[in-house]
Amino acid sequence: MSGTYLGMPAFPAAAASSTQDTRLRANLRYATHTIRDKRARAVAELDDWARLRAAGAAVKDRTLRHLDHYLEQLEEAVTAAGGQVHWAADAAEANAIVARLVRETGEREVVKVKSMATQETGLNRALAEAGISAYETDLAELIVQLGDDLPSHILVPAIHRNRGEIRDIFRERMGRWGRPAPEGLSDAPNELAEAARLHLREKFLNAKVGISGANFMVAETGTLVVVESEGNGRMCLTLPETLISVVGIEKVVPTWQDLEIFLQLLPRSSTAERMNPYTSMWTGTADGDGPRTFHLVLLDNGRTDTLADTVGRQALRCIRCSACLNVCPVYERAGGHAYGSAYPGPIGAILTPQLRGTASELDASLPYASSLCGACYEVCPVAIDIPEVLVHLRERVVQGGKVTRRGVKTVLKPAKGHAAERAAMRAAGFAFGHPGVLRAGQRLAGRTRRLHPRRLPGPGRAWSDTRDLPPVPAESFRDWWRRTRGEERGK
Amino acid sequence: MRVALFVTCINDTLHPDTGRAVITLLERLGVEVGFPEEQSCCGQPQFNTGYRHLTEPLVRRFDRAFRDYDYVVTPSGSCAAMVRDNYPRIAERATAEGRDGRELAEAAARAVPKTYELTEFLVDVLKVTDVGAYYPHTVTYHPTCHGLRMLRLGDRPRRLLEQVKGLELRELPGAEECCGFGGTFAVKNPAVSAAMGADKVRAVRETGAEAVCTVDNSCLLHIGGMLRREGAAARPVHIAEILAATEPDARKPAGTEGSPR
Repeated sequence: MSGTYLGMPAFPAAAASSTQDTRLRANLRYATHTIRDKRARAVAELDDWARLRAAGAAVKDRTLRHLDHYLEQLEEAVTAAGGQVHWAADAAEANAIVARLVRETGEREVVKVKSMATQETGLNRALAEAGISAYETDLAELIVQLGDDLPSHILVPAIHRNRGEIRDIFRERMGRWGRPAPEGLSDAPNELAEAARLHLREKFLNAKVGISGANFMVAETGTLVVVESEGNGRMCLTLPETLISVVGIEKVVPTWQDLEIFLQLLPRSSTAERMNPYTSMWTGTADGDGPRTFHLVLLDNGRTDTLADTVGRQALRCIRCSACLNVCPVYERAGGHAYGSAYPGPIGAILTPQLRGTASELDASLPYASSLCGACYEVCPVAIDIPEVLVHLRERVVQGGKVTRRGVKTVLKPAKGHAAERAAMRAAGFAFGHPGVLRAGQRLAGRTRRLHPRRLPGPGRAWSDTRDLPPVPAESFRDWWRRTRGEERGK
Repeated sequence: MRVALFVTCINDTLHPDTGRAVITLLERLGVEVGFPEEQSCCGQPQFNTGYRHLTEPLVRRFDRAFRDYDYVVTPSGSCAAMVRDNYPRIAERATAEGRDGRELAEAAARAVPKTYELTEFLVDVLKVTDVGAYYPHTVTYHPTCHGLRMLRLGDRPRRLLEQVKGLELRELPGAEECCGFGGTFAVKNPAVSAAMGADKVRAVRETGAEAVCTVDNSCLLHIGGMLRREGAAARPVHIAEILAATEPDARKPAGTEGSPR
């Protein structure tokens, strides 16, 4: 595993290989089940959770409906507080802005707070191409970066690794990036944490530029909010002279008071904590405190296109808590890398094909990466009906339809590879529309039941490779009814 | 009270015993059940795979078939959920796409309030939990995703099973987890589907129960298919067939009625 999500195989193929990785599955099963059980207990403590959830969804929806207004208000407030706002239409533009801003400081190294937005844009690679080294300081992101790996979870990017693997990565790789791991490092959590602490301290104290994302942006005050567990983020936000925050435009909330809802919803949903350990808030610049220069890069990258879709736009409510990943039976077995995006799991399956479009085979396969079991919708703290959006996007894949891409309304053609399925669905539709045809088909299946193969050809093979088919009964219910009760019809 | 059986296309074709069991059970409870032959499929496979436009005629057909009945009872949690959750949505989307969805909305409005999954109908409408069944076996209950999260069946199926004479209910570990069927998911993502199914089957085997029961034969098609492939002793049984079984049935020699599953 290295470097980039681009060009990854479609989900079913990637998942087929990861389901064979017994260590990965054991790591994931242990981690997701631990978090999901804790989350359930933390949520059950609040008797107004359902109302909080509805309030969170309502605030997000209202803000998204008037997004232009709140973004302009935010820009004004950030500027008034001494910050500079930059608008980035896509990933390339965001990366170019950040690279330019870093270069203007004369620095060649930056420290980073864990940020989904810069994972989405592939910022580290873009900076490397510009001759700038970006050091991840979140413990899990550090593990991923040292291991030349990709994150596989929104909240716990290194969830696919166990302690032994982490020890090996630290021992082998830390020295290449800075302070090496202590001699004889074991896989005890406190030793691993101390090794990371010593390695990172060196980075924090030397860094002149910090790069962050944000969980929320408050329009009325121009305040940005980062919610993290380790305090490493706070070091990045306060020690460097220049701070560059790259944030998706959907992260804005209208008022300071709105945070009250989300600072209850987020920690309980994500880490199962009643209160978040490190909640940092920064507003522009202040004399004698924190960075001297502050830049906010507002990232669109498919978000306004997503907003144009009346069913799919609810994905933009997401507060990146990852509760949906931790309960998803598909994520648990496939692992995060199979989703080929910074956003894995159920939310990734609806967000990625909207942000990137469904043109690639991988992106077109994501809406099908779910059994529609509904567990994700049930845990979502902002009530995103993920199954509804999955089905909506499946419709887009098989039938095409009207979408907005880069602000322009276009009509998508159906994705390739669904012709046989479409024909089968139409044929079934014909039979279901003509019960006489259905009955004839059932009779034929019943009479030929002894001839049915145990293994199916074509797409059905996927079924019969691991499961037996039930024998077709000699008589359908319909025929039994007509034979035994037929004369009672119409009663 | 005019009650119709919506047998569903899967039960009609592959599990007629389940349909017969519903008839037996409801008639034993004094309910006269009709079977309008105009019925076909609820549209769930088409809807969930992305072919929503193909479901519109099925919404109209459902309404036509069951219009004269007060209640529609179906031995399928997922088909009941399809009607209740998605029929109104199909009408809404048709309207949103600039077509006249009024007729569909009216059909949905008639279908939704009268459509009941079997255990809901027994507990909520007939207000019975003891249906006079006798089933002298150990059974574990898998609550299916649609029954659990869309229909919110809660403990209704359990309350019915607990009243069955001779039945010993065994707890299923990880009961609330999806079995991995998911309709076309089983074919489109076979590896993950099989991995999920394998975990479910392992849990079923851990209980040591003779039978695993659900409110949905489609999940049983998948769980049962894996059990059979593994040569496991546990057999899949639809809850309707357990609730329909009585003491005289149990005394009959095995295999005199119905077909093996």
